[in-house]
Amino acid sequence: MDTENCFHCGNEIIKKDEILFDDKKFCCNGCKTVYEIFSQNDLSCYYDFQAAPGATPQDIQGKYDFLDNEEIVTKLLEFQENTTHIVSLYIPHIHCSSCIWILENLQKLQPGISTSQVNFGEKKVRVTYNPEKTSLKDIVYLLSSIGYEPYISLENFDEGKKKVDRSLIYKIGVAFFCFGNIMLLSFPEYFEVEEYWINQYRGFFRWLIFGLSLPSFIYSASGYYVSAWKSIKSRMLNIDIPIALGIIVMFVRSTVDIVFDYGQGFFDSMCGLVFFMLLGKLFQQKTYDFLSFERDYKSYFPIAITKVLPNGTEESVQVYDIEKGDRLLIRNQELIPVDGILISEKAAIDYSFVTGEAVQIEKKSGDKIFAGGKQLGKVIEMEVLFSVSQSYLTQLWSNDVFQKRVEQQHKTITDRISRYFTPALLALAVVSFIYWIFIDVQTAFNVFTAILIVACPCALALTAPFTLGNVLRILGNRKFYLKNALVVEQLAKVDTIVFDKTGTITTNKKTSITYEGQILNDFELKLLKNALRGSNHPLSRRLYDFIPNQQKIETISFEEVIGKGIFAKFEEGSVKLGSSQFLEHMSENTHKKTKVHVEINGVYKGSYVFNNQYRKGLEQLFEQLTPKYQLIVLSGDNDGERKILEKMLPKSTLLVFNQKPEQKLNYIEQLQSNGKNVMMIGDGLNDAGALAQSNIGISISENVNVFSPACDGILDASQFDKIAFFMKYSKNAMKTIYMSFGLSLLYNVVGLSFAVTGKLDPIVAAIIMPLSTITIVSFVTIMTNVFARSK
Amino acid sequence: MSVIYLLITISIIVAVLFLGAFIKAVKSGQYDDDYTPSVRMLFDDELVKENSNKLIQTEKQKQKSI
Repeated sequence: MDTENCFHCGNEIIKKDEILFDDKKFCCNGCKTVYEIFSQNDLSCYYDFQAAPGATPQDIQGKYDFLDNEEIVTKLLEFQENTTHIVSLYIPHIHCSSCIWILENLQKLQPGISTSQVNFGEKKVRVTYNPEKTSLKDIVYLLSSIGYEPYISLENFDEGKKKVDRSLIYKIGVAFFCFGNIMLLSFPEYFEVEEYWINQYRGFFRWLIFGLSLPSFIYSASGYYVSAWKSIKSRMLNIDIPIALGIIVMFVRSTVDIVFDYGQGFFDSMCGLVFFMLLGKLFQQKTYDFLSFERDYKSYFPIAITKVLPNGTEESVQVYDIEKGDRLLIRNQELIPVDGILISEKAAIDYSFVTGEAVQIEKKSGDKIFAGGKQLGKVIEMEVLFSVSQSYLTQLWSNDVFQKRVEQQHKTITDRISRYFTPALLALAVVSFIYWIFIDVQTAFNVFTAILIVACPCALALTAPFTLGNVLRILGNRKFYLKNALVVEQLAKVDTIVFDKTGTITTNKKTSITYEGQILNDFELKLLKNALRGSNHPLSRRLYDFIPNQQKIETISFEEVIGKGIFAKFEEGSVKLGSSQFLEHMSENTHKKTKVHVEINGVYKGSYVFNNQYRKGLEQLFEQLTPKYQLIVLSGDNDGERKILEKMLPKSTLLVFNQKPEQKLNYIEQLQSNGKNVMMIGDGLNDAGALAQSNIGISISENVNVFSPACDGILDASQFDKIAFFMKYSKNAMKTIYMSFGLSLLYNVVGLSFAVTGKLDPIVAAIIMPLSTITIVSFVTIMTNVFARSK
Repeated sequence: MSVIYLLITISIIVAVLFLGAFIKAVKSGQYDDDYTPSVRMLFDDELVKENSNKLIQTEKQKQKSI
């Protein structure tokens, strides 16, 4: 119901916190304030484009004090001049048209801002402002106060201007220009009518076509020559060799043709070929601007931190400038950037960034605290032990896996095919040449070139880019974002899937415990809590924490039957709790739910149900995957949950516990050395090493816009149960590629039969080439879509 | 018949101009963000209308308060 939801952020309103303002209902003061700001500045249109578009502003007091530091601000700015500063800020909350609208009207909220422009795809806003009238800090505060807190991390540091490579687009533009004009100018000659008119202008047309083909031949196709040359040098026959060869032979023969007036040449086919192949490249290059697959610790770490000088004053310093012995101030929700020793009395640190588990760890004065933790609560003071680059967490990144920028090690499917295709093609050309040379030297040269032209594996080269590009898009629509098209190929080859436990197969949400049965009174709760005190079973511990604090009483006798339950006697009564067999109480046996039954003074009361914290569909997923893949669960936790997991997951699943980040990495490495193709699915920084090491690292994320470590793909957590489908789909994609290879080879056979017999007319080439391209492209597009639909 | 030379020259020149325009547009970053402009164009008008009215109002209010 609309009325129950906050007008600003759309969250459900808890009745007692409800705030009424201007006839609208808000869930909290923050949301109301944002509404007030907007309505005072005539920006309430914000709510017209989308219902409840906002976010609750967070308390950020002191968080951005470092923006007072000129040096840091300079590093963040994109452009800097006396009266004009330009800054690009990443704002994760950008999600709808209202967001665009409000962020592009910032100048109404803050004088000094001249323009602001949103890039929706990248979730960035580019603000131009006058530093004399406002400051970056003010802008950041303004954004935060309206619920659009920018995300500034160490990654922004030294960002400077990113160079955008647009050369492919230029090449396509030029190729299309050449292709289109040449096609038009070639038409008269296609119909080869011996007419005075055509004969008169033939030379002019041909030389014009020659001239027009030059930019395409020299500039647009240049990438293929470079790649072919590289592959010859590294002795790997990739698909670019026959392509480059085909283009060059086409150009040379066509030039010879028009110089000696043999015919019009194949310039039209050549330019069409270049254009279509570049188009394929572009199609494959689907990128997700708003996702980053190359993240390391830098995107998690703050850019600056508050340092306490010996004389007691506070100063913001860049994280890189922190030195051993410095004293730092860490505020609520701030990330600890370096290893150090706690000086303040107490701290509660959340290491969820590192371990993926959201549990606060209490630290006392003098304890060592590690980088990557987040302080919750009061401001704490710490002394630095190591600088950023030497801290434990950052050291993980100096592991080799992160250092080498892996040039795709494996061979792509196209390259594998071309290893056979290229030599076969060259052999055929040479054999036909030798055969014809005894009959007619002129025809021999014609046949030789014709073979290379026709067999130029245009369709072959287009198959993979179009298939994989389309698969990438379809997966993207289903919230499975892959880094590039090659990952699809890799995905099809995987035979071992490694899951992280915490945060991957479990949700981050805390398990809820519910009670079913007769309601327990305070006295009974007291007995229960005291009975639980003595037990170390994980379920007992959790139940113990769940029951509110009670008065302590001593047990008379306490008995724990391992794997069954507890029987405790008190002066006031007795408690028996545990499995249904233990209590000899027959309830409908839903073994999938974890239950602890309670019996007090011999009377059955009810049961506590431990709601499963595992992701929805986990069991079905593992069941689907287990026949085809070796499944492994790799966890950093202790094996407290081994029993539950063993019960839930198929028997063949391997469970490995107590793995530190480096051990996880080594474990993957070991699997690979046994010849396995490993896919790792994980989250959190503790998996980062393993994700980088595995053949494919997939990071699972509750909110894809927020952080995920470096990986090959990002999966939205809601799609977790679809992993089996994605795996199958990637296999089907490869099947499509093979089918289409067959199809394009068929075309090649037809074309070659023309070529070998020496009957290849330019017009035949001009028909076969686009025709094969179109069939291939439509075939793979249809097939991939059909496979996507069939569940 | 030599008009054909002229016509083809013109047609090629026009095509080259278009190619140049395309390259210039790409270079200026026009195609980098292909989503936001499509949304942005939808709200320009209403903003101007509403604000021109209300800006005056708020200025009046300010004057009153002074």
